[in-house]
Amino acid sequence: MEILGMPTAVLASQLLVGLINGSFYAVLSLGLAIIFGLLNIINFAHGAMYMMGAFVAWIALTKFGISYWGALVIAPVLVGAFGVAIERILLRRLYKLDHLYGLLLTFGLALIVEGVFRDQFGISGQSYEVPEALAGGIPLGFMFLPTYRAWVVVAALTVCFGTWFMIEKTKLGAYLRAGTENPQIVQALGINVPVLITLTYGFGVALAAFAGVLAAPVFQVSPVMGSNLLIVVFAVVVIGGMGSILGSIFTGLGLGVIEGLTKVVYPEGSSIVVFVVMVIVLFIRPAGLFGRS
Amino acid sequence: MTRATLAILFVFGLVAPFAIYPTFLMKVLCFGLFACAFNLLLGFIGLLSFGHAAFLGVSGYVCGMMMRDVGVTPELGIISGTLAAGLLGWLFGVLAIRRTGIYFAMITLALAQMVFFLVLQVRATGGEDGFQGVPRGHLLGVIDLSSNMAMYYLVYAVFCFGFFVVHRTIHSPFGQILKAIRENEARAISLGYDVSRFKLVAFVISAALAGMAGATKTLVFQLASLTDVHWHMSGEVVLMTLLGGLGTIFGPLVGSALVVTLESELSDKVGSWVSVIMGAIFVLCVLTLRRGIVGEFKALLKRVGVS
Repeated sequence: MEILGMPTAVLASQLLVGLINGSFYAVLSLGLAIIFGLLNIINFAHGAMYMMGAFVAWIALTKFGISYWGALVIAPVLVGAFGVAIERILLRRLYKLDHLYGLLLTFGLALIVEGVFRDQFGISGQSYEVPEALAGGIPLGFMFLPTYRAWVVVAALTVCFGTWFMIEKTKLGAYLRAGTENPQIVQALGINVPVLITLTYGFGVALAAFAGVLAAPVFQVSPVMGSNLLIVVFAVVVIGGMGSILGSIFTGLGLGVIEGLTKVVYPEGSSIVVFVVMVIVLFIRPAGLFGRS
Repeated sequence: MTRATLAILFVFGLVAPFAIYPTFLMKVLCFGLFACAFNLLLGFIGLLSFGHAAFLGVSGYVCGMMMRDVGVTPELGIISGTLAAGLLGWLFGVLAIRRTGIYFAMITLALAQMVFFLVLQVRATGGEDGFQGVPRGHLLGVIDLSSNMAMYYLVYAVFCFGFFVVHRTIHSPFGQILKAIRENEARAISLGYDVSRFKLVAFVISAALAGMAGATKTLVFQLASLTDVHWHMSGEVVLMTLLGGLGTIFGPLVGSALVVTLESELSDKVGSWVSVIMGAIFVLCVLTLRRGIVGEFKALLKRVGVS
């Protein structure tokens, strides 16, 4: 069977690759959106935190023998704690200033983190084995579905919708949304906004680290894995508009799929298709697909 | 005050290559011009472009191709690079100035990354190897630029021209409107100014000057490389400007001199720590030294009552 002059298996496997990339875009742009919402800071260090997540998993396995499942918990907690420290020590001093300074500070931070890892582990990637329980694959008839890849998509989507549920449907989420709208009044109502902000940054960063652990067996674990991905995620954010949580999830997934399809039809264009989409969207809707103004 | 400083610096620039290694000076001047062009946007309109590497790099490649493959004279090489960067700047500008602040930064960054991938994939640019073997040629077909001294004075002339353009732009009625937009965009709009058009013109000027710096740099080093188009370069120019002093006349030059010195002193000694040190300087600048070196110095002078 052929679609677009392409065997179905090829098309389907590229779609899957796209869906996986899309899952990473979605988790990362979701974290960026949450941090932006409450802190008004574009976290340029997001890619570095994602990379740290992957490295924590790799170090945990090779140095301490901690399994993938352990890393899936440990990495977000450790990197999240690192994020909390960053927010307390550095970012806190910038809230009164133009938010460009937040972008610049986190950019400097990304350089530091990346430099340290490059010094310690070199630029070449380390490989991370797929955990035993998820090795192998499922034959679907028209294609062979590697179990781990299916797991990545499911895990990413679960985390995304869990986050959406928490923000839109729970009391904590209500505080968060109120804090974004009007921090002074929320503070006056007796809610500790500074703690809320710290935890938000920690959570956003933990999401990036979680994506990093998911990515470790799929890509090579390397110090530059985050900075290359981050710029695509920025484009995703511009396209989506950062207005809504659901917006960043859908835009992330959708662009991953578009990228995967481009790889089938015109391989040379796959690295720039996201940016081309960005240009088109900017022409038609400068505020982004889900943006409000 | 500024005029006297300008005169002293001008004379210093004329005699400097007799005391300091000319290639180093040329590098400082090229990056200084690049940073001045960038500062025109961030310092005077408040637009943070994170994609200026695209202008530096593309212009370098265009100049390289014109020199090596078409065989034009150096001044035409620089002009063609500058025009190419200006055109690219217009394209970027039309798209990016529809949004402000953080979005503007992200859009310029993404557009520049698109340019990076194009440069990487187009066969004519030499891909990972960069565009090599660019001849320096003869200026106006007469003066041989293969001597470093001759090259230096061309670079110096280009820098002075670019610096003059920035200076003129800032101190013109046009520059006043730019500052008004930075201070209060809504009011500038209500006064009847077509804010988008002013921003676009400033963006094109800045891009063209950044391109002029890139084309000149290609002539000096006789190659155009991917490093110049990579987004790290866009970050570096932000660092130079921030470190020297945002919105000051001399700040970008001071910043580029410092960053170039640091990099050439450190690169073979500390390896990957260069990026750590640069990052640390970034963080320190943002936290404690937001006015930059020149800005802090000016504030100090004001406090002791000199000016």
